[in-house]
Order: sequence, then C-alpha cells, then structure tokens
Amino acid sequence: MIKTIVSTELPADEQFCIRKNVIHNGKDGLRFCVVTGTHGDELEGQMVCYELARIVGEHQDLLNGTLEIFPALNPLGIDTIQRGIPNFDLDMNRIFPGDPQGTMAEQTAHAIIEDIKGADMVIDIHSSNLFLRETPQVRINVQDAEWLVPFAENLGMDFVWVHEAATVLEATLAHSLNSTGTPCLVVEMGVGQRINHRMCRRLVGGILNLMQHMGMWRGEVPTDSPNAIVCKGDRVTFLNAETSGVFLTEMNCGVNVSKGQIIGQIVDPLRGKMLSTVKSPVDGYLFTIRAYPIVYEGSLMARIFNSEEV
Amino acid sequence: MTSSCRDNFRIKGYRFGEGAKSIAIVGAMRGDEIQQQYICAQLVNRLTAIERHGGIVKGKSILVIPSCNPFSMNVSRRFWAMDNTDINRMFPGYTNGETTQRIAAAVFDALKGFEYGIQLASYYVPGDFIPHVRMLKTGYEDVETARLFGMQYVTTYKPRPFDTTLLNYNWQLWNTKAFSVYAGKTTQVDQTAGNENVDAILRMMSRTGILATHFGGSAYESEAIDESTLLHIKAQHAGILLRQVKAGSRVHRGQSLANIIHPYNGQILSDVKSTVEGTVFFAHNRPVVLQNALLFKIHAIDL
Repeated sequence: MIKTIVSTELPADEQFCIRKNVIHNGKDGLRFCVVTGTHGDELEGQMVCYELARIVGEHQDLLNGTLEIFPALNPLGIDTIQRGIPNFDLDMNRIFPGDPQGTMAEQTAHAIIEDIKGADMVIDIHSSNLFLRETPQVRINVQDAEWLVPFAENLGMDFVWVHEAATVLEATLAHSLNSTGTPCLVVEMGVGQRINHRMCRRLVGGILNLMQHMGMWRGEVPTDSPNAIVCKGDRVTFLNAETSGVFLTEMNCGVNVSKGQIIGQIVDPLRGKMLSTVKSPVDGYLFTIRAYPIVYEGSLMARIFNSEEV
Repeated sequence: MTSSCRDNFRIKGYRFGEGAKSIAIVGAMRGDEIQQQYICAQLVNRLTAIERHGGIVKGKSILVIPSCNPFSMNVSRRFWAMDNTDINRMFPGYTNGETTQRIAAAVFDALKGFEYGIQLASYYVPGDFIPHVRMLKTGYEDVETARLFGMQYVTTYKPRPFDTTLLNYNWQLWNTKAFSVYAGKTTQVDQTAGNENVDAILRMMSRTGILATHFGGSAYESEAIDESTLLHIKAQHAGILLRQVKAGSRVHRGQSLANIIHPYNGQILSDVKSTVEGTVFFAHNRPVVLQNALLFKIHAIDL
C-alpha cells in the first residue's frame, strides 16, 4: 500500500510528496524501514528499494511483520541532481529532527522522524557522492556501537566502521532516531549519481538476511555473505591530497594495501609533470578511494583501515 | 593554494593600526554574499582614511578580510565550487583535512586572538531582514557590547548541532566576542543599508575605544530579543506572493501583509494578515512561495 507521509503545495500546480510503500503480512510482527534519497545525488538506494519492493511484494506470504520502503526523502533533490534541498541550500541530513514550526525543510524533516520513529529497525542507505567511491559498509556512531554492531554484522557488508561522535552529526536522521531508541544503521556504498548493481544486490540480500535474523522473513537469503571487518577505535587513516591537480589511479576500493604501496598520482596536465604520489602509510584495507579526478590540496583521496596491531 | 586549471586561490586581509589584536571583520564567506563584501570594501576604504588621519587608537590593530571565497564568487556559486561545501560550516577547520577545512583553518588562524570579531553574515532562508546584530547563545554572548553598534535590533538564538561549525560559534569558544551583522540583503548591493552597516561597525569600534574618532550619525537604542519570541507567519497556500509590507514595517493586528494568488488564474488564495501589533523583522522575498513557507517574522509589541 502506498502512503503519503508529507504533502505540501508547490507554487505552480504541483504537490511535493514523500511517499512510502507499506508491505504487511501477519497479525503482529516487527516494523522494518528502509529509507534513502536524503541526498539527491545518491542513487544506489533506488535499486535497493525497487528490488526489496519487488521481492517482498511478490512473496508477501513469506513476510512476518511490516516492511516500509521510503525511496525518496528528498524527491526534489533527486529530480534536480542536487545533494541538498532545492530552494534551501541545505543538506537535509543536517536538519533532523526538524521543527514543526520551522521552514518547509525543517517541517518535512520533523514529519519524517515522526513517521519512522518506533520502528524496530531502520536502514538509511547512502551512496557516497560524486567524489568518492566506497566499499559497501555500515557506519555506526561509537555511542551506539554495542547496541548496533550485532545488527550490522548481519547485513552482509564488507566493512563496519565505528566512528567517533561529532556534534555536527547529531543533526542526522540516524542520530535523531538512535538517540530516541529507534535503531538505525547507515549504509554507504558505491559512488554518487551511479548505480552499482552488484553492490545493490548484496545489500538487498543483506537486508533480507537481517529481516530473517529478526524473525521477519522466511524467504531465501544469501548463504555466501562475507564476515564484515569491524573497525573500532581510531584505526582509520585519511589520505588527503598534498597538491592540487588531476588524480590518476587504476585502483578500486575494497582491497588490501601494503605500507608504501602507490595508490595513485596527482599530475599537472599543462606541464606534463607528476606533482605528488599518493601512497598508503600503513598496511590495511582500502575502503574509500577518490572517484572524481580533479583535486585541490586537502581533497580526500582515500581512507584505509589500519590492520596493523595498535 | 594552487589549482589545476585556475589561478591560485588567495585570501587577502587588510591590517590597520598596530598593537593588540582588537577587532577582526570578515565579509563574504560564500560566493553570493555581494552585500557583505561591499560593506567590507567600504570599511577598508573608510579605515584607510581614518588611519591616515591618525584616527586609530595607539596600540590597537584591526584586520578586515573582505572575502574568504573569491573562487566561488567568480563563478557565481554560493559554496565552494568544486564540492559545494560551505566554508562557514567548517570551523575551527583542520589543517590536514579536506580543502574547505584547510581554508577554514587558515582563516581561523588569522582570526584567533582578537578581542572582538564581526562577521557580515547571510541567512539560508530567502528573505529580507531588518539589519541587526545576531549572536549565538553559548554563554559567551555579549549583549551589552552588541548594543554599541546602535542597530535597531540585537538578537540571540540557541545554537543547533550544525551551528557548532560556524565561525562565530568557534570565535566565542576561543574567547573572541563575536557578532554576526546582517545587512538585510545578500545577492544585491543595497547601498543605503550597506552604508548604515558601515556606520554601525565604525560606531561600535569608536565606542569600544578602537577608533579615536568620535563617530556621529544617528543610532538606535537597540532592542535585544530572543529569536524564539518572534511570531512566525506562514503561507497557507502555495502560489505567487504579492507582498504589501517589507522588513521594518510597523503593522497592526488584522492588517493585510501579503496576498498569495493562484499561479494560473490570479484568484486570491490567501490574504495573509498579522495576528499581532508589531514590527516586521523578516519578510520572504521570492515571488513564489511553497505551502507552509515562512513568510514573515514579527516582533510583537505590547500596546
């Protein structure tokens, strides 16, 4: 059943709507929400939503409980290929839990939280931006690690990153939900404005696996999911560009690298000169790599999980 | 900072006087903050003349940075053109971080240690404001000094989590008395409002003993308000907005503030009225409005 959770008039004969697909079976059961499209340039969640709606919709009898699918929390952003909310210059994932008395963006954020809260599990799907390529991973605030890591390990992702708390992240959808007792896992994978089918299928399998683990799904689930690397503590090395230029690499993310290994080069196309070499300073697992080649000093080039003993 | 295909990125500052770091003023942090940059340019111009005439108190130094983001202004973008990040959401910055974190770190390094800090700020909601001085309520806000600008209003507001990366939040934590001055406009030069802002900033500098020149001109006895007390009036319908009052207008209970008309047939969908006696503090300024959009903020007055 399609339900509209937000409906507001736009100036010229159009309704701004946020909709969800509610699939239910059984008398009681848990409530599982899959949300995406907070950032309009992240599209992997679209395919995940499609596949989940298709599979669970076609096999509703195998569901025990309620699956709610929200493909587009920022529909105007998706339509205009904008990360933020058109007309507001705002990152939607920095205004939660919203404000019913605030701007339209804040009112929308408030309505989303009110609709989702109380769910037994929320998966918030992101897919990096245009600039970075990410290995399929779950990100969890250190404050919620004990509670959420066991759920995350059932999602079939390569990597679980337990990261430090930051005040600015208190305005995310995930933090707003987790801080009020609604468990929310943030998934990151792929690259902005593109859909990686293989990664999406893995996440669909992982979500069904987690639903089965929670007693909500009796259908097939993948049997070959990897054991996720769980990164706790301060063990992520950030590599930033030393120089501005054009980044050239033939590497992909999701691979082990050794200390000193060359990840790529930053070059000057005008003078035909190599400006700097991006090297791994540690032995570890490369889970983020620069996708957009034009870089400035400081641009994030890679993130590596330091697998050396610390 | 170099660029692969553009000129080098430079941030220029103008120093006046010598001695203790007394006041720093920052203009455009975003590429569309034309009014903010205009005000800073006028300040540089005025301070140059004041210094030439010995008007800066001995032992006081002043720093003015008209723009932290010329790259974005030159390509008509509000945020950092490459990745759309906002330098004013990156403070205190990080010297080993991403590009805009590094820019923020470099700017903050230059701005740290001043007794007073002023940012010419803009707001993300489309609209016109009464020019005012604004402060975050962090426990370090200084309302009495804010009154020395002589602007019509001094406002305070409770910071939200994403405000903790603003320049002024971090300035306050680093013991600088920080003020955001809102010049009413952003993307256009309003010379009248801009010059009033220049006067207000020079007045504050005179009243805090940084400038020796007695600064004349008319000043308000500022009204200090908490922004949470402002009355919000929203659009009941979406459509074309025909505004009948502007920021600064005195309005009465029941007075019509705007009409929202149907975008196709011109029929009046909503006659937006004030529910209180008061002063329009903020007025939406785009010709079209969304349903539930914030149209006006009114400072209510008890008669």
